[in-house]
Amino acid sequence: MSRKPHVRRVYWNEPTMTWWERAYLFEIIRGLLITGGVFMKNMGKWMTGRKGALTTYYPEETRADYAAGNRGKHILTQRPDGSPQCIACNMCATVCPAQVIEIDAAFDATDPAHPKYPSRFEIDYSRCIFCGLCVEACPEDAIRMVKTTPGLPSADRDHMWLNLTELINWNPHSDVAKPYPPRDPAGKPGATQ
Amino acid sequence: MIQDLVIYAVYIGYALGVLLTFGTVLTWVERKQAAVMSDRIGANRAYVRIPFTQIKLVWWGLFHGIADGLKMLLKEDWRPKSYDWYAYAVAPWVVFTPVLLVFAVIPFGGMLDPGKLLQALPAASAWFEGRTYPMQIARLDAGLLIVFAFGGMSIIGAMLAGWSSSNKFSMLGASRAGSQMISYELVMGLTVLGLILIYGTLDLSAVVQQQSGILLGFLPAWGVFYQPFAATLFMAAAIAENKRIPFDLPEAESELIAGFYTEYSAMKMGLFMFAEFIEIAIVSALFTTLFLGGYNLPFMSDAGFTFPGNHVVPMAHGLVVVTQLLVFLGKVLLMSSFQILIRWSLPRFRYDQVLLFAWKFMLPLAIANLTVTAVAVWALNP
Repeated sequence: MSRKPHVRRVYWNEPTMTWWERAYLFEIIRGLLITGGVFMKNMGKWMTGRKGALTTYYPEETRADYAAGNRGKHILTQRPDGSPQCIACNMCATVCPAQVIEIDAAFDATDPAHPKYPSRFEIDYSRCIFCGLCVEACPEDAIRMVKTTPGLPSADRDHMWLNLTELINWNPHSDVAKPYPPRDPAGKPGATQ
Repeated sequence: MIQDLVIYAVYIGYALGVLLTFGTVLTWVERKQAAVMSDRIGANRAYVRIPFTQIKLVWWGLFHGIADGLKMLLKEDWRPKSYDWYAYAVAPWVVFTPVLLVFAVIPFGGMLDPGKLLQALPAASAWFEGRTYPMQIARLDAGLLIVFAFGGMSIIGAMLAGWSSSNKFSMLGASRAGSQMISYELVMGLTVLGLILIYGTLDLSAVVQQQSGILLGFLPAWGVFYQPFAATLFMAAAIAENKRIPFDLPEAESELIAGFYTEYSAMKMGLFMFAEFIEIAIVSALFTTLFLGGYNLPFMSDAGFTFPGNHVVPMAHGLVVVTQLLVFLGKVLLMSSFQILIRWSLPRFRYDQVLLFAWKFMLPLAIANLTVTAVAVWALNP
């Protein structure tokens, strides 16, 4: 019985370097010139008052290039009279996997079409996972997410809540689906701004 | 003499102040330089608030060094159940102390004449009775040998730390440090030998004084122009001695966690780090002294400038002293920055590559350099 002779497997490629590269020094100088050049370029920018880094300096700066579908800060949409479109049905709070939405419902006798409204609507961003399920659960299209992040860095968990006022006063220019500012109660078309 | 005591107390205070400041500032320089080199901003959140106001001083993150020091001081001083607690406790100091001691023989200025410096105060001026002092803590004929003696001592600390930690990573790091140190100490010594042949002295201030001359009619007579090859090899060997990337095998964090100081925490670990950063400054000071004209500007000596073509520009003694102190600090800072540039540009060697590099590449080159230098010195100085 004949067996093939054992051939040791080669697990790596032997380095193929030219003599120039094996002298180390020249390639090291080339590398140092690259990194040193980047340093000088960036340092020159800093010295002349420009920004020499790619870092977005969060939270002082926010980046402008969020994707259009980025799930960021929550907003509450409004009726033409400026009241929240939310009917306090608690479906978002029920579906929320992180259980961060807290809603207190109240009764509004003056509006027979929407007698239930939220007197308190708060989101705890220290636990929110930005999954977007609340937006999908909402039957009234009352809660949406804009692409910008909620600028809420804080040393303290208790300061990472957004309340009804803050959720309803969102940056209107990034949402084109709803006219803004809302029409006034007299029914005249808006665009007073 | 009480006058000598005063002067040397001032020198020692200055040296300690400079070294500890460099140790702290270099942590900041390292962070910031690395950040700018890689298009980042770098640590800049630590601030000092002026009491009773809301004015927060950030100063480009300079206070992160203080924050680090405080953190290390306040951390739990955890220690392993090592079988040799004494070696374990003493090891950081054995690493740290020789690094400081090396600076004793490095001249940070030329000849100081306190009588001339204090002319405005006749009483103080007369008290010194015309004595002059070299700006160096210990002017020794064997200065360079002292540097190598103390430089070699810090490896004992690394070995002690690795041995007494009773941790296999530490042990591996220590043995790596030991063999690496032996290899590169040899290369370092051989590269400097060529320079000793040229200058004919081991006294570091004499070496600096010889470098204020003129070479070939237009170059300053710096060691780097006499021995460019040795300067490169010396720099590489010195970085290997300091155990920094690309030669940081003893502490290679991806292989050995932290190498020989894996089991150290709090300020003991801080001492290792601090020693490393001070050693950057020491290596820079040594390189400056041997190869870059020491504390002098090009063509400058204690009397003033002597430019090529015999243009003599005399300088006042006070001006010379201030210039020399500042130039030395500036050169050391530049060389430290260069070492940090190297550290953030090059990848780490494999361990067998480190030793092969020392024995098969740098050592033959160093010997060749020494041979050529010896022949040249013999031929040119009949």
